[in-house]
Amino acid sequence: MGKRIAIIGGGTGGTLAANRLRRQLGDEVEIVVVDRDDEHVYQPGLLFVPFGMEKPEGIVRSRKAQLHGGVEFRLAEVDRVDLAEDMVRLADGETIEYDVLIVASGASLLYEETEGLRGPGWHENVHAFYSVEDAVALRDALAQFERGRLVVNPIDMPIKCPVAPLEFSFLADWFLRERGVREQVEIVYATPLDAAFTKPIAAEHLGGMLAEKEIRIEPEFATGNVDGREGKLVSWDEREIEFDLLVTVPLHGGAPFVSRSEGLGDDLGFIAVDIHTLQSKAAPNVFAIGDAASLPTSKAGSSTHFEGETLCANVERVMNGEEPQGSYDGHVNCFIESGFHKALLIDFDYEHEPLPGRFPAAHAGPLPLLRESRVNHLGKLAFQPLYWHMLLPGHDIPGIGAEFSLAGKRSTPDAGGAS
Amino acid sequence: MSTLSYAGTTVDVDAEGFLTDPQQWNEEIAAEIAAENGIDQLTDRHWLVINFMRDTYLESGSAPSIRTLGKASGVPIKELYQLFPKGPAKLAAKIAGIPKPRGCI
Repeated sequence: MGKRIAIIGGGTGGTLAANRLRRQLGDEVEIVVVDRDDEHVYQPGLLFVPFGMEKPEGIVRSRKAQLHGGVEFRLAEVDRVDLAEDMVRLADGETIEYDVLIVASGASLLYEETEGLRGPGWHENVHAFYSVEDAVALRDALAQFERGRLVVNPIDMPIKCPVAPLEFSFLADWFLRERGVREQVEIVYATPLDAAFTKPIAAEHLGGMLAEKEIRIEPEFATGNVDGREGKLVSWDEREIEFDLLVTVPLHGGAPFVSRSEGLGDDLGFIAVDIHTLQSKAAPNVFAIGDAASLPTSKAGSSTHFEGETLCANVERVMNGEEPQGSYDGHVNCFIESGFHKALLIDFDYEHEPLPGRFPAAHAGPLPLLRESRVNHLGKLAFQPLYWHMLLPGHDIPGIGAEFSLAGKRSTPDAGGAS
Repeated sequence: MSTLSYAGTTVDVDAEGFLTDPQQWNEEIAAEIAAENGIDQLTDRHWLVINFMRDTYLESGSAPSIRTLGKASGVPIKELYQLFPKGPAKLAAKIAGIPKPRGCI
């Protein structure tokens, strides 16, 4: 009997892993992808929906249609994984036995963990933009918003794409200036971190950009509850920030089935894996990729893409009775939209924080790192077709290696300046 | 790697003063680290959290997040912020003599 690989989740990680493994292993191995719906959202596009820069229907496609021929797609809710039996138990009572399991079920938005978040004022003066529905509601609210205080608040880490709330703030500044109402709007960026970002050099640079754009930062603000009726955000240590329009990023956790599966996840429902091999600490034939994995790097499409090569090689090794090899280095690469047709690019890994320089080629670039430029913005816009046609099919993107490289990066930041 | 001296014992710490070897820790060391961070008296409620942090770390290899502390330590999040001001998970880990919690990327 042939072997079977079960993949839970048909998003970025699950899709690229399935397609890559299919190419790597041919039809000797059965590959089954399970997901509870057939809507694959291009998540970076969600940032643009509230500003009318992207239409919701432009960023959603069929999950099944992104999978290569020969990969089976099962539309079903996962109840739990039974590690002892090597079996995925579905909510409809069916089961999928596996030789290797790949958990690629992403991160879930835990609105209910923050008191009052979806209470009075939800989708009126209290908003989010991490789902299509939320981003559309926010678009409608922003179109009407002309005066008062806009507060942007990621509630706590970890979140998908940790730069997204900063990008939202930069784009809101631009959007409101274009509409001629920026003078009447105060923008506040309330963050649980002690600075604009987690990594020192980038934090200083991004903090400077907030100041330039007259966005006030409120650091070390740990949101305890949201009061939409009174229009205020209250921290656990009883500080308050009033708002007229609140844009939150809800708490994140793993997919609900993870906490129902004994031994599979950590306390937040993410999968504890070896950070270099991506093999689960719970069982040698279980792996995780992307947002579902508990890794000390950003939860982002780029890190997921870079993990793909290591993951698929190790899945094959384990099926052949060999030891997995640790080659994923935490590499992540993010465009940061800053408004006015410009963007920054950051590139880092487990060991190295984002530095200024050039990417991907050391001198030729063409993309400048940690500095605003038009070419980075064009890079961000050009990425969506690459996502559907190169990244999901499981191809490498020419010139962009999975391994982090220090070439072209400078360890002493310069003053920079827009190009 | 550097070292610090607490309660007459030399311990290995990281750049931010978190103990790198939980076995070097004892309750006197905890009291001195707490005092250094503005907590003059460790109450039973503090110890409940500190012991929960240590037990979780020694069992699982990673420190619990603030959300897990709030759900499983027996001390609600609001009180955690009163006991260990600003960053309860971070400060309690430091006092409990375990490495700095990961996450926050």
